[in-house]
Amino acid sequence: MQITINGEEKKVPDELTVEQLILELDVSPEHVVVELNHDILAAHQFKTTQLTTGDCLELVQFVGGG
Amino acid sequence: MDPLIIADRSFTSRLMVGTGKFSSNQAMVDAMIHSGSEIVTVALRRVDIHNPQDSLLAHIDRGRYLLLPNTSGARDADEAVRLARLARASGCDPWVKLEVTPDPYYLLPDPIETLKAAEILVKEGFVVLPYMPADPVLAKRLEEVGTATVMPLGAPIGTNRGLRTRDHIAIIIEQANIPVVVDAGLGAPSHAAEAMEMGADAVLVNTALADTPDPAAMAQAFRKGVEAGREAYLAGLGQKRDAAEASSPLTGFLRKD
Repeated sequence: MQITINGEEKKVPDELTVEQLILELDVSPEHVVVELNHDILAAHQFKTTQLTTGDCLELVQFVGGG
Repeated sequence: MDPLIIADRSFTSRLMVGTGKFSSNQAMVDAMIHSGSEIVTVALRRVDIHNPQDSLLAHIDRGRYLLLPNTSGARDADEAVRLARLARASGCDPWVKLEVTPDPYYLLPDPIETLKAAEILVKEGFVVLPYMPADPVLAKRLEEVGTATVMPLGAPIGTNRGLRTRDHIAIIIEQANIPVVVDAGLGAPSHAAEAMEMGADAVLVNTALADTPDPAAMAQAFRKGVEAGREAYLAGLGQKRDAAEASSPLTGFLRKD
């Protein structure tokens, strides 16, 4: 299925949870914050949230800043 | 030194540091340690899904430092509120350095959007530390909506120009009932010391450390500058005069009369 991650369209397997996607991308679930279709997910929701076609995700993390 | 109290939390250090622009994570950590800081700022950005990096958080000891996420990048209140909520979802304390800077050239804070976002975030239970222009009227308006501090800029971010806004910072300090943290534009320990001598409660620096040949040494110098300034302020600075006042008696001179 086609989803959008950080503004980019990406093709991913039809059955995919948020957690699976994060791990697939080699990102650590403890260090990422996820917004799915403009709703911020709590960390415990990563495992249970199934992605569907057309979903729009933002994966953000803390970086250096003043 | 007397403790800094923000939102009922007590801190020993009056120097806050940013984590941006360091040449390496090690340089950042060394500077943080030498600064003696207990509050460090971080920003939020999209993960680069093509090249995911080691998380910055892996290098910040959460037992030692309070993480203060900023909303840098926000161009209006909506973007700032969104960033603050994202930061909170990471599980950190609901503290936020509110930063709304629509113009990327000078990065000056938008007073109207900052006040708007501050009101929303305070209502949502955030401890809000707003980065703001050195505007005494705005400082009072932010205090009225319930921010935990005000953070007037000394000069534009990253310019190392010092307390260009000192006259208005002095008014803010005089009128504020919440801690005043001078943030942005400070470039030398003497700038930080001057802010503290004026009665500021704390200062925040980033470029002043990161963009130098020896950030750890500079962090230590800033630590001393902040402590010196605070001690001088508490001790009570001497009066400024126009005319000279001799240090020794005006009698008993050894001279031919």
